[in-house]
Order: sequence, then structure tokens, then C-alpha cells
Amino acid sequence: MSSDLLAQILQSLVEGDPDLTVNATRQALAAGMEPLTIINAGLIPGMRIVGEKFSCGEYFLPNLIVSANGMKQAMQLLDPELKARRQTISSPGSVVIGTVHGDIHEIGKSLVATMLSAHGFEVHDLGVDVPAERFIDTVMTTRANLLGMSSLLTTTMNMQKKVIEALIGAGLRERVKVMVGGAPVSARWAEEIGADGYAEDAVGAVDLAMRLAAARGGS
Amino acid sequence: MRPKLTILSNAMVQQIITEGFELLQDPGVRVHNEDALTLLAAAGAAIDRQNRVARIPERAVRAALETAPHEFRLYDLNGSPAVHYGGDHVQFDPGSAALAILDSRTQEQRTPVTADFVRFVKLVEMLPQIDAQSTAMVCGDVPAEIGDLYRLYLALNYMRKPIITGAFRKDTWWIMRELLVAAAGGAAKLSEKPIAVFDVCPSPPLLWSDLTCQNLIDCARNDIPAELVSMPLAGATAPVTLAAAVVQHAAESLSGVTIGQLAKPGSPIVWGGSPAAFDMREGTTPMGDVGTWLIDCAYTQVGKSLGLPTHAYLGMSDAKIIDAQCGLESAGGTLLAALAGVNMVSGAGMMDFESCQSFEKLVLDAEIIGMAKRLIGGIEARDEPIALTLMRKLGHRAEYLAEPHTLKWFSKELYIPSEIIDRSSLDGWKRKGAKSTFQRASERVDQLVAKYQTPPVPVELCAELRTITRSAARKFGMDRLPALAD
Repeated sequence: MSSDLLAQILQSLVEGDPDLTVNATRQALAAGMEPLTIINAGLIPGMRIVGEKFSCGEYFLPNLIVSANGMKQAMQLLDPELKARRQTISSPGSVVIGTVHGDIHEIGKSLVATMLSAHGFEVHDLGVDVPAERFIDTVMTTRANLLGMSSLLTTTMNMQKKVIEALIGAGLRERVKVMVGGAPVSARWAEEIGADGYAEDAVGAVDLAMRLAAARGGS
Repeated sequence: MRPKLTILSNAMVQQIITEGFELLQDPGVRVHNEDALTLLAAAGAAIDRQNRVARIPERAVRAALETAPHEFRLYDLNGSPAVHYGGDHVQFDPGSAALAILDSRTQEQRTPVTADFVRFVKLVEMLPQIDAQSTAMVCGDVPAEIGDLYRLYLALNYMRKPIITGAFRKDTWWIMRELLVAAAGGAAKLSEKPIAVFDVCPSPPLLWSDLTCQNLIDCARNDIPAELVSMPLAGATAPVTLAAAVVQHAAESLSGVTIGQLAKPGSPIVWGGSPAAFDMREGTTPMGDVGTWLIDCAYTQVGKSLGLPTHAYLGMSDAKIIDAQCGLESAGGTLLAALAGVNMVSGAGMMDFESCQSFEKLVLDAEIIGMAKRLIGGIEARDEPIALTLMRKLGHRAEYLAEPHTLKWFSKELYIPSEIIDRSSLDGWKRKGAKSTFQRASERVDQLVAKYQTPPVPVELCAELRTITRSAARKFGMDRLPALAD
């Protein structure tokens, strides 16, 4: 029954069983289910529940990550199917993300990258210790509509400001929404440096990214 | 008998060390420093130059463990031995490199400036429970490039106690050494009687950066004790199982001992750390977590089994204000550190994870430290027989307060805290103003700093320290150093 398969797909995300997510997705496709149905009635509701459980303290970071990986793997099966049908999910867009120059902290940034990818964003994760020029170049070449920067040290926070200044200098500021995050970063800092938003954790970062992408009219 | 805490069985300690050796061979250690790679290659390590990975054979590590000293001393600025690293000696220093200070008036965090750190150094001098200074905060009124050496310069003007410090750059390490040489009265004197230890930190997992590796080598070659500060983050940058995190710590620390001893056999080195168990809700690094404490005490046990001096970051709180969480986390960590026999316990005064120092917390932590030191003093018989003679003398009379025996022993037996620890009656507490812990601590800070007297630092030395520091400051755009009030 297709409803059983959808329920299985949803549950597999909630329970954090990526193998089951992938297998159930494959079965659903084989049974003739539409990729968009699998996504909208199975995967997305599943991830939403995971996000809610995290927000209320029932789920923790490892749960978030394993579910997001399940989603990502399922999407890898579904992307070619969507292409073949000339369909697109309303992909919110393309994100360039990285930890700023001089900073090698990456856990939070990688978590955000995984979550964004699980929510349909095309993610270009530049890793850590990323010089301003590399952020700029990648935004240009990928035509990303979002830029996310992480900084875990007060001594490297200023690099976020420098990158925004470089975006302005390169005439790219209008084309991309900038989000910042990291332990010493605050909403006030984000405002001070002219970023478009700040999120405190990975779930908040996804919400913020969705809102910022929608404001731009998507990709 | 001394009260002790044992976390691991001997078998597990051995297993951890064995796996530490194994990791050093596979996957090996990333070493981003040319000098270290050369030293390791000469000792038989297989070097992957492209990926900068060294696979270190067990025999090279064992050779290093043979030459590493089991103990060493730090000296105060009068030349007297003041800190004993090794065995089960337990000493305390404040947490280091805070980027914020808790403002005494507003109880909010702000950037520290010269006057703050000077006040802090004076306060540490006035707290007998605290055995060493540290370069506890980074001052925002000087260029960031001299942030490390500037703290040392300030401390040397006001301290007598030895100091735990660290460099932020390769070049400033040498300037810091110059300051120490000046303060000690010459390079030979500094070698013979070290007054400072430098922290050097590998990055988890299994990476020695160019900077920290260079600091380690320079310390070894210049007879400055190096304190390895490995910091696995269980569940994030290290396995979440605490035992596995201790294995990672062992591997990183063994590689540090090896590099240090290859640079100079016999150079003093400390098995230290600042691990944490990653918080799975907030993605933060809690120093007040019990898992954190377990990792600290367990790796300390491993270090002791290797015959090495030990260190740990314990006694801090993740609280942002001086509240119940602040007290309970600081007490938990401090007491365990003492029971675990950590030679140097870093952290007093530190809150908001490892980022904010506080004068008030420092004096509170000093009380906890006093209690902890009393705790490991245990219970001695004092008399032979313990109680019979005295109790038969008093029979059934409850008159011990007046006894000469009580007068003789009370101050040795009991840790008598300062006014910060309120033990008045309810009325008494109200009469004194119904003050909170913070208020009492704040008053004590003022009292102690007021009593501080600047030691007789020779004018020539002051001038030399200032000259060294000013010339470094000039290189980075500051012409005149902030004035020192006294």
C-alpha cells in the first residue's frame, strides 16, 4: 500500500534509520509512486517532526544528523527521477557555507550544511579557514543566493565583516543573502556588520535560510 | 592515608596506552611543522610529506618516555621552589586566556583592559590557596598581535608566584622568553630555576599545528617546561565513549612527549589537557559536565602510570553569572581534581565555558580550592592513641572548646574559610546586610587588592621589561604602552 510506504519513509526519518529511508524510497519508486509525493508526503513531514523533537529537547544533535543523512541519501535517489520527469522541487536555492579565515572550528558549520542539504538546498561547503576571496569566488561561480559564515572565536568574527565588505566591493552584495553564526556571534553583531540574518543553531539556520531564500524569490 | 580517586582499572589504563601507540602508527599524527617532521623522521617515523602525516613507531615513543622527567619544580621570583610538578602534588592556577571579564559593578561581560589584568595579578598574589599565576586574560587595549606577551609583561611587574602561560604566535614566543630571562636574571638562571610553563595544544583529532608544535620544540630546546593541553571533544572531535576519548588524548599526548624529547631529551613536559563531553543539545563544550570530569581524571591516571607530571582544566563553570550552577560546577571539578592528584589544576576564576574571567569567582574558587586541599589532607591520627587519653580525661564533660588540645589542633585540622562562606546565624546574616555570595565576594576582592603591596622589582628590570614589550608593540602599530598605575 502506498500509504504504508509513505508511513515507512516518514517513520524511518523520525527513527533515524537511513538504510530504511533509502530502501523504502526505492520501493516506493518501484511501485510507481511520484517522486514529488514521496518528498512532500514522506520525507519533508518526517524531517519536520525531527526538527520539532529537537527543538523541544526530545532529540539531540546526533539524531538530527542521522535523520538529515537519511533525507540526503533519499534525495540522491530522487533527483534523477525528478530530472527525468522535468520536475523540480521548489529548491530554495544554492548556499555557499564555510568557517572564516583563521578559524578551524567546523562542527556547527557542518551540521548546518547537512541540514540545509537535507532541506533541498544545493550546498557548497568550503570547509574551514576559508579566505574572503574564496567565499567571493565561489558565490560568483555557483551563482549562489545564500552565503553562510561561521566563526567560533571572537578573534575571527571580524572576518565575517570583511567578507561582506568584499561582497560589496565585488558588486555581489545584492545577489546574495548573508547569514552568520557561531558561538560568539549574536543578532546584534549580524546587524552591525550588515548581514541579513543570524541563527543560533542548525534548526534555526534552516528556517532562516528558507525565509531569506523566499524573500529573494527562490532560485 | 591520602584520599584518592581511581577511575580506571590497571588493565584499562594499559589498553588505553596500547591503543595510543597504535593510533600513532595508524592513522598517524598530522604534523604541520617542518622541524618536528625532521625530528620524527630521524627517529624512524614514516613521513608522508604530501599530507604531512607522521607514523611514529612505538620504540620512538618509549624512548621519549624514558627521558621525560618524572618531576620538576617552578620557582617564585625570589628563587624559592614554589610549585612541584610530579607525583601527587596538587596545585592550582587561574584559567588562562579569557577574552572577557565579568564586570564587578554591572555583572556583565566586557573586554578586559590593562587595569583589569593588573588587578587580577594582585588578587592572585593575595590568595594563598592559589599556587601560580596565569596569563588569565587577553587585554583589548593593545594590538592583538602582542596579546600573549603583553599579559606576561604585566604579570612580571606585580607577581612573585610562578606563572602558567602560552604564546599565540611563533615570533612572540621568543619575546616572551626574553621577558622571562630578564625577570629570572639571565638565561642560565631561568634554565636552572624555571618560573614559567607554556601551554601547547594539539588540535583534535591527532593534529599538531605549525604554531603549537614550534612552541613545543622551542620550549624543549630552551629549558622551558611545556604543558601539553590535548582537548578531545567527546562526540564531536573525538569518540563519544569516554574511554575512546581518553585513548585519543593519550595518542596526542604521547606524540607531544615524543616531539618534545626529540627536540631535547630530558626537557620537562606535562601530560595535560582541556577535554569536554560535547553538549548534544547546544553544541557547546561544557566544562561543568561530569563526563568532562571523568575524562580529565581518567587521562590523569594514564599520565601518572607513565610517570609523567599531570595537568587538567577543572574547576570551571559554564554559567554566565555567579549563581548556583556556577558554584556547583566549580566545586565538583575542583574536588575531583584534588582527589585525582592532578599536579596543576587550571581554571580558577573562569566561567562561561573557558572564555570569561571573574574576580569574584576567583575568590570563591579559592575557597573551594582551600577545601579541596584540606580534603586530600585526609584524616590523620594526630595522637597515639587517637582519642582515648583525652576523652578519658574529660569523661562525660562536653568541654572540648576550652581544652588546650583544641587550641593546639583546631587551625591545623579545620579549613577555616573567609567571610565569603557565610556561617552566621540567620539574624547575624541579616545584621551584616543579608548579602549574597556575589556581594560578599566582591567586598573580599576589594579588601585583598587594597592590602596588596607591589614587590620590590628592581627599577632596571621594570625598564627592561618595558623596553622589550614596547619594541614589540611598535612593530604592530602601538607607540606607547598603556601606563601602569603603580
